[in-house]
Amino acid sequence: MIPPLVRPKLKNPILRTPLPVLPPWMRSRAALGLTAAAALGQFRLQVCGECDAVQYPPRECCHSCLSDQLRWREQSGSGELISETTVHHSQDLYFSERMPWRLGMVRLDAGPTVVVHLHGGCAPAPARVRVGARLDKSGQGVLVAFPIDEVLNMADDRQLREMTCDPKFRKVLVTDGKTGVGQAVVRNIIAAGADLVWVGYAEPWKTFAGLTELAAQPQVAMLPLDLTDSQSVKTLAAEIGGKVDILINTAELHRAHGIASRSGIEVARAEMDVNYFGLLRLAQEFGPVMRSRGADGQSSATAWVNLLSIYALSNYPRHGTFSASKAAALSLSQCLRAEMRPGAVRVINVFPGPIDDEWNQATPQPKLTPEALAKAVVRALKDGVEDVYPGDVAQEWLLRWQESPKTLERELST
Amino acid sequence: MPASGKDRDYQDVVLVAPVTVPYTRYSIRSAHWFVAQALSRLLKESRLMKADIDGMSLGSFMLAPDTAIGLTQHLGITVRWLDYVPLGGASGIVALRRALRAVQAGDAEVVACIGADTNHVDSFRQTLGSFSVFARDAVFPYGSGGPNASFAFLTSYYMRSCGATREDFGKLCVAQRDNALGYPHAMFKKKLTLDEYLGARLIADPIRLFDCVMPCAGAEAFLVMTRQRAEALGLAYATVRSTCERHNAFPEDPIQMRGGWVLDREHLYGAAGVEPSDIDFVQTYDDYPVMSMIQIEDLGFCKKGEGPNFIRRNSFTVDGSFPINTSGGQLSVGQAGCAAGFLGVVESIRQLTDCNLARPVPGARFAIAVGFGMITYDRGLCSGAAVLGRANA
Repeated sequence: MIPPLVRPKLKNPILRTPLPVLPPWMRSRAALGLTAAAALGQFRLQVCGECDAVQYPPRECCHSCLSDQLRWREQSGSGELISETTVHHSQDLYFSERMPWRLGMVRLDAGPTVVVHLHGGCAPAPARVRVGARLDKSGQGVLVAFPIDEVLNMADDRQLREMTCDPKFRKVLVTDGKTGVGQAVVRNIIAAGADLVWVGYAEPWKTFAGLTELAAQPQVAMLPLDLTDSQSVKTLAAEIGGKVDILINTAELHRAHGIASRSGIEVARAEMDVNYFGLLRLAQEFGPVMRSRGADGQSSATAWVNLLSIYALSNYPRHGTFSASKAAALSLSQCLRAEMRPGAVRVINVFPGPIDDEWNQATPQPKLTPEALAKAVVRALKDGVEDVYPGDVAQEWLLRWQESPKTLERELST
Repeated sequence: MPASGKDRDYQDVVLVAPVTVPYTRYSIRSAHWFVAQALSRLLKESRLMKADIDGMSLGSFMLAPDTAIGLTQHLGITVRWLDYVPLGGASGIVALRRALRAVQAGDAEVVACIGADTNHVDSFRQTLGSFSVFARDAVFPYGSGGPNASFAFLTSYYMRSCGATREDFGKLCVAQRDNALGYPHAMFKKKLTLDEYLGARLIADPIRLFDCVMPCAGAEAFLVMTRQRAEALGLAYATVRSTCERHNAFPEDPIQMRGGWVLDREHLYGAAGVEPSDIDFVQTYDDYPVMSMIQIEDLGFCKKGEGPNFIRRNSFTVDGSFPINTSGGQLSVGQAGCAAGFLGVVESIRQLTDCNLARPVPGARFAIAVGFGMITYDRGLCSGAAVLGRANA
């Protein structure tokens, strides 16, 4: 049985905050294929293109026929837990601080024997299990064996929680509560068990649709935040930065059109000011303090979520300057991810297709509802993935882009 | 494929001058120092000059960035045959096999076989994290328990499938400690009781403290030369009746319940002209007691899965039935890196030449020294063994 997570006591501000340390992160280049898949929430192993043999650990050639045609293929993960141990003594600082730690050895139905982190809900060996891939605190892909059937408090497993960014009992900053997306995120993050949600809103002297409902929720605290104003970001970070466990940047400025249909750069600059420089301002003020709290107990700082756009992958000329600002934000988020990793804080990028809001009024269906987008954000936090492409349009563009970025560019320009 | 059994025998080559560089838990010396000490002791023991050594086989993990070649200049020796066998627990058996053939072929006359390693305070952790690509990618990120966790899987599996109990493993550990009490170089000098074994600190369930070897610094070494040369020098020698070596045996087994010995034991006994019942003592590779049990089974002393009963029937002490690890084994002597792969060979030579430091096995004529090692992912890849004999056996 997995004991349910309990609400952490208020932190004693006099006590020292433990420094984040990471589990072993060194990997061969071959092994990074496991990480790349886990970052998308997939469990993939190398499969030989010539003889179909499944390989593990990752390698350069097929262990059976020596072919170098190894392709990363999605796995069901079903297998037999053949042995297990609970480690009480580790050579590694990260694990030493988290002993005891349950491990298993699983014979996958696909062939290989894999060493896994063993979920507390798994019956003692021998038992059927389902192996999946997760990112650990170092951001590298690792294998976890789960019970075949869902058990009570599944997500509360102490080891699993090290690999996810579950909002339960965490404190969350949603940077813009004015939009439909921002409000849907607040609702869903509260439903997922967040303890406290700070909701930023620019121009606090103005009212906006949904404000009353938003502010009425007991977990919500409304705070002025304007991402185009460095001082505003700094002030808020000074006030709550040391307490934010999850930052969800929902603020964005979206106007239609490309280059020729508008004169001047004011709109493009305004988009950049929120979508790119806004992220940069947030990252400079909140990044360092969140990164220092990556091991701050059960409800440590754990994730930073960026609302990007599928247009960040390839420019959509009808929303050309917006696409460019999101591409800039994507690039910056990769820098942020690299800088947050030593602090064990995951950067999650969300790439929705067109959202069903006023700035996509002229965009044909299907469009993503704010509610669906918010659910995808919460799912990404619970799964601890790095990149998520919610909705049919985003999924389709992603596939097209993966297959041929150049072809997608041509398709979008017609 | 099992070995053919038609190899050339080893009648004209012998093992002499077993030496040990005393172990310490930690050392500020480099592995080079331990190699040099071992060579110096070999010369003293054999009364040979440095110039007489024309071959060297070296097993060590801690020489980096050097390998065996760097040591020739470091030690100031000129050799015409050189081998580097960083194969951990198998390095002793592999070094012995190659050196024997080199001397038989005339490629060298006297080969110094040396297993030496140092141990600094942080060495073990660093070695674990960089031991192999597979370990770095697929084992170390999982709890970083090192071999303790790997053998916990195997011990647990073995207990479940063969009915072994903690008491069974404990009996081996207690008996080996008893043997170690007579050996001056053992790191553990206190008697171990079964209660102490059973109640020791948990390391990786079901493995507890006294199932684990203590990493330390030290060296083991011996010389290989022709029988003629040994007799001319008046050196006591042990003979080699047969050997075997196998790497990555049974890769399809889901977990390592057997090693390469299963493929090679027929050849091992056939070429030696002896039966398991002729063997007077065995130096198992006891990095964990479950491996001793598996080796006892795989070398044909009992059937697979009958290890627990075999343990209940025997005493394993030097003066009892089925003596194993007569100087205490790694579990009591300590594990000095690659030297651990030489420990059983060196102790066997001592026993078979009456140059004992440990208590002698009365009337011993034949012995088996086992090599096992290199857990690069989920199992030890190397297995080897040698049947050794008394000069007149």
